[in-house]
Amino acid sequence: MQLEDLFSVVKVRFNGDKSDDTNSSKKTDIPTGLLFKCPRCRSVTFQEDFQRNGKVCPNCNYHSRLTAKERLDITVDKNSFVEFDGDMISKNPIGFPGYEQKQQELREKTGLKDAVLTGRAKIRGEDIVIIIMDSNYMMASMGSVVGERITRAIEYATENKLPVIAFTASGGARMQEGIVSLMQMAKTSGAVARHNEAGQLYIAVMTDPTTGGVTASFASLGDIIIAEPKVLIGFAGRRVIEGTIRQKLPDDFQSAEFMLENGFVDMIVERKKLRRVIAHLLKLHRPQAPVNREVTANE
Amino acid sequence: MSELTACQKLDIIRHKGRPTALDYIPMIFDEFFEMHGDRLYGDDNAIMGGVASFKGTPVTVIAEVKGRNLAENQKCNFGMPHPEGYRKALRLAKQAEKFHRPVICLVDTAGAFCGIEAEKRGQGEAIAKNIMEFMTLKTPVISIILGEGGSGGALALAVCDRLAMLENSIYSVISPRGFASILWKDASREREACDIMKITADDLKALGVCDSIISEADGGAHNDPQQTAENISDYISQTLEDLQRKFQKGLDEMINQRYNKFRVVGEFEEPSAF
Repeated sequence: MQLEDLFSVVKVRFNGDKSDDTNSSKKTDIPTGLLFKCPRCRSVTFQEDFQRNGKVCPNCNYHSRLTAKERLDITVDKNSFVEFDGDMISKNPIGFPGYEQKQQELREKTGLKDAVLTGRAKIRGEDIVIIIMDSNYMMASMGSVVGERITRAIEYATENKLPVIAFTASGGARMQEGIVSLMQMAKTSGAVARHNEAGQLYIAVMTDPTTGGVTASFASLGDIIIAEPKVLIGFAGRRVIEGTIRQKLPDDFQSAEFMLENGFVDMIVERKKLRRVIAHLLKLHRPQAPVNREVTANE
Repeated sequence: MSELTACQKLDIIRHKGRPTALDYIPMIFDEFFEMHGDRLYGDDNAIMGGVASFKGTPVTVIAEVKGRNLAENQKCNFGMPHPEGYRKALRLAKQAEKFHRPVICLVDTAGAFCGIEAEKRGQGEAIAKNIMEFMTLKTPVISIILGEGGSGGALALAVCDRLAMLENSIYSVISPRGFASILWKDASREREACDIMKITADDLKALGVCDSIISEADGGAHNDPQQTAENISDYISQTLEDLQRKFQKGLDEMINQRYNKFRVVGEFEEPSAF
């Protein structure tokens, strides 16, 4: 972090919002720096405070994005995670120009193989299958690898009678894989259908941002749907809607709170309470003997 | 089958005389009784559904409707459904399951509608639910793409045992315009997008998504809607017969195969698996 970077950030803050929209790409790109600028309330806080607060904006409670690794660490029991399919990488199904190279570069830059982490783990001793999407990789768009890993993880849970906890985050279908990416919606939802028919619990936790083809498939199919405060959840992109209806949308449109109010999210849970809430829900969904199944001779 | 480029096909399906579900339904089915409403919120004219007779067999027909003129288009929202449309489709599909009727879906939409009301009523959830429920629906489902198969809005009626596409139709993850605007930040490169997206019936057959291609009249369906309707009708007869013969022992195997039809799509490698 250089001193001039700090000044440029401060300048953005004091020049107000209008000026920063025009050259925001440079000046708001500061999450790794000394200051955090909240994309929701636009207030600026010291990075240190923001980090200490679990990457939650101290001003407006916006729950910012975590890497899959960070999410895993704050969610599952220590040393309980066993990863599935960690080597899987994507091909180029529609021969999109430059796709292989872009993937190669991203893999090197992020250290990730694609946009999802899947595996088996425990939360307060309860066995689960966990799915965590990582928006640092192509905005966690869903292509072949994301679709396949999620599907295999859910199938594993069905076979082994385990609950699924999925932390969703995605810009939607991965355009570069064309129709193949659309089919991942059917594939993952199909896997949920079977897990559901097998009577197993699926909790979806919607994190920032859950949109497009992921909202229109497995993310919306949880038995229980939890969202983190202030995150973006929606189907169509804001700009697409504004373009269609030719008017500005209100700020809270497509937020977790908007989805709760409209009945598409069961509860909004703060990050620091999430592990505890999930653990309690898991406990309440432990396999029970069916009620009234048989009347014994004594009765 | 056809040597036209994706762009030329786009022009054909946008021809103002291109037949829509409103033209085809009376030509293909007898005694069509339209059913309205999702029993939850309202009725959506972008999706039309009901019971009908197909050569003597009762079927449920669910169709995305594009208008043939401005008045019809205003009524059906230019063929872009709201959540209540998808929920109506699901209600009718469940009814078909109850009465053991096959479901015939006619797909023709640029995409699910993007608007405030659609978001409020859960466009994403409505599509997701349809995908999930159609995947395990205990009755045969045949989907036919008539013109545009636009993204999740098409997929919501295209989780099926057999997917056919009319010769000039397209099926894509996003409209070519949207593709150009997202990837190149330039919607005007629509035609260029069209040619690299792999969206024609031939492309999708090669990718294993589409099972059959239905011929249109020479130069496009608008040149002879009746002929095209007969081709669709022949396809439905053959496919229903085929499904019936193949799965006479039970529907579980059919539903397994439906699952696998989608399960196998995806291209990836696993270096350590060898």
